[in-house]
This record gives sequence, structure tokens and C-alpha cells, in this order.
Amino acid sequence: MSFETILPQVLEPFRGVKRVALEEYFTSGHRTCQGCESALVMKLMIKAAGARTIVLGSTGCMYVANTTYYTTPWVVPWMHTQLGSSGSAALGTAAALKALMRKGKMREEPINVIAFCGDGGGADMGLSAISATLTHRDYNCLILLYDNESYANTDIQLSGMTPYGAYTTFSPAGKAKRIMHKRWKKNMAGMMAAGHPECRYVATVCASYAVDMMNKVRKALSIGGPTFIHSLDPCPKGWDYDPMFSHELGELAIQCGIFPLYEVEDGKLSFYGQTKYLVEGRTKRKPVREYLSRQGRFAHFLEEDIEYFQQKTDEMWEKWLIPGVIPFSNA
Amino acid sequence: MKADTLLIPQETEALISGCEAIAQACRLADVDVITGYPIRPYDTVMQAIAKLISNGDFDAEYIIAESEHSQFEIVKHASAVGARVFVGSSGVGWFYAMEALAVTAGLRMPVVAIVGNRALDDPGAFGVEHNDAMAVRDLGWMLTWVDTAQEALDTALMAWRLAEDRRVLLPIAIGMDGSYLTHSQVLVKVPSQEMVEQFLPPYNRGELQLHPDNPITIAPQVNEDWLIEIRKQSDDAMRRAKTIIPDVYADYHRIFGRGDSPFFEEYMMEDAEVALLGQGTIAMPIKVAIRKLRAEGQKVGLIRLKWLRPFPTAELQAALSNVKAVGVIDRDYSFGSPFHSGVLATELRSALYSLDKRPPVVGFIAGLGGREVTAENVIEMSNITTQVAASGKSDTETHWIGVRG
Repeated sequence: MSFETILPQVLEPFRGVKRVALEEYFTSGHRTCQGCESALVMKLMIKAAGARTIVLGSTGCMYVANTTYYTTPWVVPWMHTQLGSSGSAALGTAAALKALMRKGKMREEPINVIAFCGDGGGADMGLSAISATLTHRDYNCLILLYDNESYANTDIQLSGMTPYGAYTTFSPAGKAKRIMHKRWKKNMAGMMAAGHPECRYVATVCASYAVDMMNKVRKALSIGGPTFIHSLDPCPKGWDYDPMFSHELGELAIQCGIFPLYEVEDGKLSFYGQTKYLVEGRTKRKPVREYLSRQGRFAHFLEEDIEYFQQKTDEMWEKWLIPGVIPFSNA
Repeated sequence: MKADTLLIPQETEALISGCEAIAQACRLADVDVITGYPIRPYDTVMQAIAKLISNGDFDAEYIIAESEHSQFEIVKHASAVGARVFVGSSGVGWFYAMEALAVTAGLRMPVVAIVGNRALDDPGAFGVEHNDAMAVRDLGWMLTWVDTAQEALDTALMAWRLAEDRRVLLPIAIGMDGSYLTHSQVLVKVPSQEMVEQFLPPYNRGELQLHPDNPITIAPQVNEDWLIEIRKQSDDAMRRAKTIIPDVYADYHRIFGRGDSPFFEEYMMEDAEVALLGQGTIAMPIKVAIRKLRAEGQKVGLIRLKWLRPFPTAELQAALSNVKAVGVIDRDYSFGSPFHSGVLATELRSALYSLDKRPPVVGFIAGLGGREVTAENVIEMSNITTQVAASGKSDTETHWIGVRG
């Protein structure tokens, strides 16, 4: 079976932080919050991809706070897409490039296509379009989901990716109901990897580990076909902590085992970074209390809530078929 | 000029449906990206396109989307990169894409779509009503209705030229009555590639193209600072489109010999005292009825509206200034509107209002859900309109025709 893709760019991994490209393609002109990890994700994502890239941005913080008419931080071509349209935007752009190059209407060259979405746009509204795109082997594109665990742009409302019990403006802790939000977070990257067996690359990343994160983007763009990356982005406004701690909170999410770092490349799973140490037993998972207690959104938690959160996290590691990835087991 | 354009242009005749005629237009226009999603009755166009592509007669990216919303978003983005695109839907499918339809117009992407007009569920119904396509009439979509498969093919070729004109850059939806037009086969003249290339230039976005050589930012947040200016630009574009439509039809007529009346077709209007106005395939029973009425000495004529957006206000004012009454036959509804009329009747009243001497307008609602409108139904409507003409007074009642008790 051959797929009619145009050849992707070849982007070798950056071998260490000192070898990272100096050029910036996400520069001044945005007005994201102090400590915004998602803005860093944008900067690293496009630094990894380079100038010959088209970026599509679905509605969310990284649209509204980034691109206000008369200013733009994007040095590369950039276009807004609708909240649930990251998958369709990537597909339409990649399809147009392919058609125009094949028919001789555009100079032939590999051009990266990246569509990004937030957790609401990606894991809630845009799920079906992303899912469809990941089955279209004929088109090269990357969908990057930046997950700050709420609809942060519209004033911190809960999404399908908001962690259990977190305070949002749609799930305030009140006198009668301490825990308004009882849903456990979707397993988005695992769902994308397991549900789309022909998608050649799915990864989770965290910008606290910037070089790793950029190299995952480079691999996703080089491998060919549609690919998916899920990035966990601490959000000072939504998570309620001092902006200086964004980096540390990203690390804690991984060290506590709440957000495992892994990649699935051509059907092969590998854990990396701090998660690899956890899987290999070289380090022990930190208690989730260390992560939860640093954030105002969990300030209403009682001991039983922390215990529940710990128990559910333990299940990810002890009961899942593949720890942190496949949430069922052989009976 | 390429050597092969010097050959004598040829048209071939083919027995095809309205949807198949549109598929031929896509091939002739060398469309680059097409998206489909199944819903009756429009989807036969996608079946016809699929056959052309699988047989190697047509080269395009042909994507089956997972919803109408994605269908329209995909072509919107392909258009931004510089691809000529085609898409379509029907009924509630068109509504499922509504967000994408709004931004396609807002972004001024020259998307060409067909709407195989269908009633909006619930309750389920496959037959024609025009409310699906009409839902975008205020958003910056150009809207046209066609009557025959030939007109569908011709109008589609004109649509890409109009939509992609740098003075216009607006999306166009072509309304095709479900079943009556989408599925009925007739003899259609299919032009040669050489003829179409004389008429339809390549799509060129110029400095608006989204490409690494042209690193622009499209659709940043504008808020109250700029939105009203951008809306005014869309208004200007629609006004310009109105002036460009006749040029496009004239050029089409020069090359193909068809398409001589851009905004509406007039049938036996020269001496008409009573005019009936409608759009789409309803023209056929109206024409049959008019011939019967004329045989009885009644001076009745038809105006079949082609373009709802932009609305040909001045042209209709001129065409209707001498009639004694106009009966407007809507295959749509607008519940709670002035006089509880359909959309066309409301729009026509508005268009005629500035005339010092204006004919009374009578509103009819007929043929909903694909119910056949018979010549007898038309005669009934004509008689009511004739009575209003005799009285000289406006009839504020909207008449539902052929409704069982």
C-alpha cells in the first residue's frame, strides 16, 4: 500500500540545548499572561519547525491573547481557525499544498503544517475532526494540543481535560457542594494513539523539558502523515499559583505520575525523561499532594479528596494495561 | 495563447442530472480540493465527482469529511492557501456547517458550494424547501438559484470566476431544488476544456495567499477597533459583485452562447398585467399555467429570480413598474415576519417600497417539503393576484397553497 504524500521535511533532533536554532518565529506582539506556559509552547513549537511552516491556530488563549489586529507574534504564515477545527484546518491546508504542487500550480517543496488547539478545542469540541485527520495518511500535518486544563481564555471554565475536583468558574467550591467537577480527565494522547493505528506518531510533551519537547515536534513533522502531540501547560491564572512556578509545576505533574511523558512511533511505545525513570523504578513517584497543594484550584480539597486523587493516579500506574497509556487490563 | 485554444471550440451533449452537471463543471474548472459528506439530495454530486476521480478523468484532492462542519472548514483553509475549491450540502447538513459558513463569508474566501435544497428536519423530509440556503443570506454569501441542469453547469463556471474576482472575493452558494433538479436527467451541453479556459482564469490570491513566501497573519482578533470597517468592506464587495455579475454573464454568453439574462428570467412579461415571481424549478408549472391563462386572454407573466444576493433591486423595480400586481411564490417560510410572508415576498415588498408608484404584492407559500406545485395551484395563485390587481389595494394576507385541512 502506498500513500500519495509529498515528502516531509527532514528535521534532525537538536543535540542539546546549545545546538538549538537561534531563530525565533514567535516573537514580541502577543499579550499572554506572565508565566504563560502555552506561549512558551508556541515559541518552542515553531522554533523546532522552522520558517517553512504554516501554522493554524484554533480559538482559545493562543488565538485571542496572541494575535490582535495590528500586532502578531508570528513570523511564519498564520491563520485562525474555529474552536473545533484544528483537525480540519490542518487537513485543508495540507490538501491544498499537495494538490497545488502535484498540478504544478505551486513550487514543489516540503512545507510543515501545524494546527494547534487548546484542551477545550481539541479534546472536547474538535475531537471528531482531529480523529478524522489522524486517519488521512495522504497528508502531512501535526496537530498540537496545548492543554492548560480549562477554557482559560473565556474565564477559566472546566473542560473535559480539567482535573478532578478543580475549582473553575463553572465548578466553584460552594457551601453545599465542595466538589462540583467529578469527571476524570480524558486520556487524550492514549486515545489518539490507540484509536488511530495508522497515525505514525503520537507524543506527550511538557515545555519544562524544552529540548525534548522541540525534538518531539521535529520528529512529528519529519515522519510523514498526520501526527499528534499533547502538551501539558501549567497556567498561572487558571491553576492559581505564582507565575514564577510554571516550570516547577510542569515537572511536578510528571514526577507525581499525573502526566506521563511518552511517544508512540510506528506503533512502538517508549517512555522518556522523568517518566522513563518512574517506569523503570529508578525514581519513585512523588505524592500528588505535592502537586495539588501548590495550586489554588485545589485549595478546597480535604484529605479525602487528595486520597481519591492519589488512588486514581495509582490506578494509572498499577492497574492499567500499559501504565499511564492504556486504561484497561486483561481480565 | 496555447496552441490547442486555437482549435474550434466544441460542446458535447450528455444526458445527465443537475448534480452530474455540477460534477462536470468541477472537472472543467480544474477544482483542486473537494470535500464531501453524505446527505440527500446534494450528495449525488459527490458520487458523480468520485467516479470522475476514480476513473482518472479529474485530478483533485477528494476528502470525505467526518461532518459538514469539517467539510466546509477544510475547503475554507484550502482556499486560503490558493486552491480552487468546491463543496456542498443540503438541509440540516448545511446548518451543521453554519459556523464554518459564517466564517467563510467573514474571511471572504471564494468557496463555491451547492445546496441541494431540502426541508429542515424535524420532522424528517427529503423534499425541497429553500430555507436551508437562505439561512446565510445576511452573512456575505452570494446566493443564486438555478432551474435546469444546463443552468447549473453554466452558473457553476460563472461562480468561480465571480467568487475569485479580486474585486469580489465572496463565497457563492448555488441553490438547486432537491430531486426536481438534483436528480432529474436532461440533455446538457458540456463545454470543452479549451472553451472554459478562455472564460475562467486561474485562481490567484496574490498577496492574500497563506504560504511561507508570504508570511501573513489571517484573521487576528479585531474587536470593536476594526470590525465595523471590515463589515463595510464586505458590503462594498457585495455591491461591486452586483455590478460585475452582468459582465460575467455577457462574457459567458460571448463564448458559450448561453446566459444572457443575469439577474432573472422574464417569461411573457412584455405586456403582462399580473406578474408571478419565484425561483428554482417552480418556474416550470408556472410557465405551463401561464400558457393556459394566456390562451384565456389573461396577461400573466413570470419573473424567475436567479440572484437573491446580491438582490437585483433596481432591475426588479424596472421590470415590475408597469404591472398591476405581483404574486410572489415562496418555497420557504419566515414565521412571524411582516404579513407572515415567505422570504421572497418580504424582500420584494422592501425592494419596491421606494417607488412612487408600486404594484401591490401578494404573498404565497407553496410546495413546502417537496410537495408538487401543479399548474392548477399556479392558476389559483394567479387568480388571487388578478383580483388584487383589479382592486388596486395591497393584500396583507399570505396565502398557503395546497394545504390539506
